[in-house]
Amino acid sequence: MDAIILQVLNGLDKGSAYALIALGLTLIFGTLGVVNFAHGALFMLGSFCAVTLQKLLSLSFTVEDPTQKDFLGNPLKVDTPYIVSWFGDATGNAILNWSVPLAILFAIPVMLLVGYVMERGLIKHFYKRPHADQILVTFGLAIVIQEIVKYFYGANPIPTPAPDVFRGSVDFGVMIGFAQNEIIYPYWRLVYFLFSAVIIGAVFAFLRFTTFGMVVRAGMADRETVGLLGINIDKRFTIMFGIAAAVAGLAGVMYAPINSPNYHMGMDFLVLSFVVVVVGGMGSLPGAVLAGFLLGILESFASMNEVKSIIPGIDQIIIYLVAIIILLTRPRGLMGRKGVMEE
Amino acid sequence: MSKFQINRRSLIKSGAAIGAGLALPTIFTSSARAYLNEPKGDTVTLGFNVPQTGPYADEGLDELRAQELAVQHLNGEGDGGMLNTFSSKALKGNGILGKKVQFVTGDTQTKSDAARASAKSMIEKDGAIMINGGSSSGVAVAVQGLCQEAGVIFMAGLTHSNDTTGKDKKANGFRHFFNAYMSGAALAPVLAKAYGTDRRAYHLTADYTWGWTQQESIATATEAMGWETVNNVLTPLASTDFSSYIAPVLNSGADVLILNHYGGNMVNSLTNAVQFGLRDKMVNGKQFEIIVPLYSELMAAGAGANVRGVYGSMNWNWQLQDEGSKAFVKSFGEKYGRPPSNSAHTCYVQTLLYADAVERAGTFDPCGVVEALEGFEFDGMGNGPTLYRADDHQCFKDVLVMKGADNPTNEYDTLEIVEVTPRAQVEYAPDHPMFAGGDLGKCNSGA
Repeated sequence: MDAIILQVLNGLDKGSAYALIALGLTLIFGTLGVVNFAHGALFMLGSFCAVTLQKLLSLSFTVEDPTQKDFLGNPLKVDTPYIVSWFGDATGNAILNWSVPLAILFAIPVMLLVGYVMERGLIKHFYKRPHADQILVTFGLAIVIQEIVKYFYGANPIPTPAPDVFRGSVDFGVMIGFAQNEIIYPYWRLVYFLFSAVIIGAVFAFLRFTTFGMVVRAGMADRETVGLLGINIDKRFTIMFGIAAAVAGLAGVMYAPINSPNYHMGMDFLVLSFVVVVVGGMGSLPGAVLAGFLLGILESFASMNEVKSIIPGIDQIIIYLVAIIILLTRPRGLMGRKGVMEE
Repeated sequence: MSKFQINRRSLIKSGAAIGAGLALPTIFTSSARAYLNEPKGDTVTLGFNVPQTGPYADEGLDELRAQELAVQHLNGEGDGGMLNTFSSKALKGNGILGKKVQFVTGDTQTKSDAARASAKSMIEKDGAIMINGGSSSGVAVAVQGLCQEAGVIFMAGLTHSNDTTGKDKKANGFRHFFNAYMSGAALAPVLAKAYGTDRRAYHLTADYTWGWTQQESIATATEAMGWETVNNVLTPLASTDFSSYIAPVLNSGADVLILNHYGGNMVNSLTNAVQFGLRDKMVNGKQFEIIVPLYSELMAAGAGANVRGVYGSMNWNWQLQDEGSKAFVKSFGEKYGRPPSNSAHTCYVQTLLYADAVERAGTFDPCGVVEALEGFEFDGMGNGPTLYRADDHQCFKDVLVMKGADNPTNEYDTLEIVEVTPRAQVEYAPDHPMFAGGDLGKCNSGA
């Protein structure tokens, strides 16, 4: 039982990342009708916002320490972060320690701007082009973004730890009535799941309860009629692109302590997230979230030794297998709407 | 209108002329192709095939730095580095056999097909007479096969699978880097001393040639010390999140987790294992431990604080204090402002060893080079007295057991040397079962 609960937790955690990326993809597809293959790169850029803030906060001045030697036998150059020098050891180190949560504040404007520039600068020119053209141009853009990040940060993963208070693991089993040490789970992964739930809830609330959101939803349903009412729906859709980029970016920021960011991490998520969107139903926001968590949990269960001993290699194909089954039985996906990508 | 007449004399004349004409290119070819890419002018071209793009690009860049440094030293530029400490004195700093060394580079992308294509291009278009470099066993085996077919020498870079000099060994291929068997043989006694002989190990293994041989080697070595292997789970090479594979370890009864992963896999699996609190657990009355059999400096830096106290092994490390290592670290450090990685070291040494073999053989002919390298014993290259064994073209030398440093002062000293395991402890018979099934075959000069 404890193994099953652990894999459910793992699945929810993986599903959180899938759901957040798929949510952004669906927002863009639902509003602008664009299949954005650069969305994984936006997730990666979010992670690198965390890396960048960590580096900025760690900017240091160098003092030579004659009592220590470097690898060439010269006096060791000891770096002291300015922030520690300005605010003292306790406050300075605390700020450094909390660089990932602080990066949320840094990433929101950066990613909104990235999304805005991306949409106005490139993607708007492809609205009336076939989906194949959109896929090619956004995939090309993803590669360009990747290479730019690699140029500045290198190919090696960059450790970006969570605050000390969230490192290590919690005895989750005790919280739900199990014996001690039966269900141990990392703090930060629980934080990630809760954070994702808040972001998903916020996006739904924004679309549901704000005037802006209602107009956007109306535009998603019937763009032409909303335009005829004198509403500049294009402008709102551009803002939605920025919001979708910010959602992917935030997913990336919070993911940085789970696996050290590297320039390629967006591609690792991209294909899976597209499967999630298709399984959930193209254009369906609840479908994207539901499919994200569902596939995350199934993927985790497929990695269990007991399952792999019955069907070897199932962990590598489970997501695609489920996608095939769902598309055969429900061609529009779990919650897909009629008429989307069916023309 | 002229008449076209054929008589016996004109037929013989014409036949002789045509015959000579047809034979002429063959005569030229046979002299031009005594062996493939024979250097004709006053230069010789070496091909450095390293990952310049993809996840191992940083490691490839470090290899390239070392290869460039080796070329400088061969051409008499710089301080000479290990040429000053190398036991063989055949190299004079005037190139190779008096020819100035130049190089071309290829991008393996850490993909076998791309690596073969870039090596082929360097051999066919650029006239490279030797291929060196790489950061993957899959790539090494593929490029080694290509070099054998083409008729050039392959001086492998970072490749740790037993298969490279086991079932996939080739006469034209040579490996200076250590292998998975050696890692197991060096690590097991240290692990037994540190953690005792009554341990239960759970293995996570990358599902490809290197992972399989690494797992087999370390499991055999630790079982011989009394450890029990509880489980071995193969993980897809493309995995990025290992939480689903780590979770079952918690309640498996194992008290040691062995991560047969390298590169990004290692960084992520180790990070995930530490996140799950494995290192804080007590199992079977013992502290839970994690082991990473193959370390690299770059990957240790990528894993950050998670490597602290974790045992592993390396081919070489810049902190060694022998004269050869010090000379190389000084040259490399002054040129690039950072200490070299162990993949940089092996590529540098391989380039010098190739050049030295050519000098001693007196020819660039691959078969002459093979003869010069087989059974060659040398010293002064950072690993103590070393033998290039003729039976399988594997170097036998000391191996390093490493541990994640508890208090690193910078990004370069994340690992510390625990033990220099003597060569005798990691040697094995040429017909050892883990290396069975291959055949060196005959050297190919591409003529």
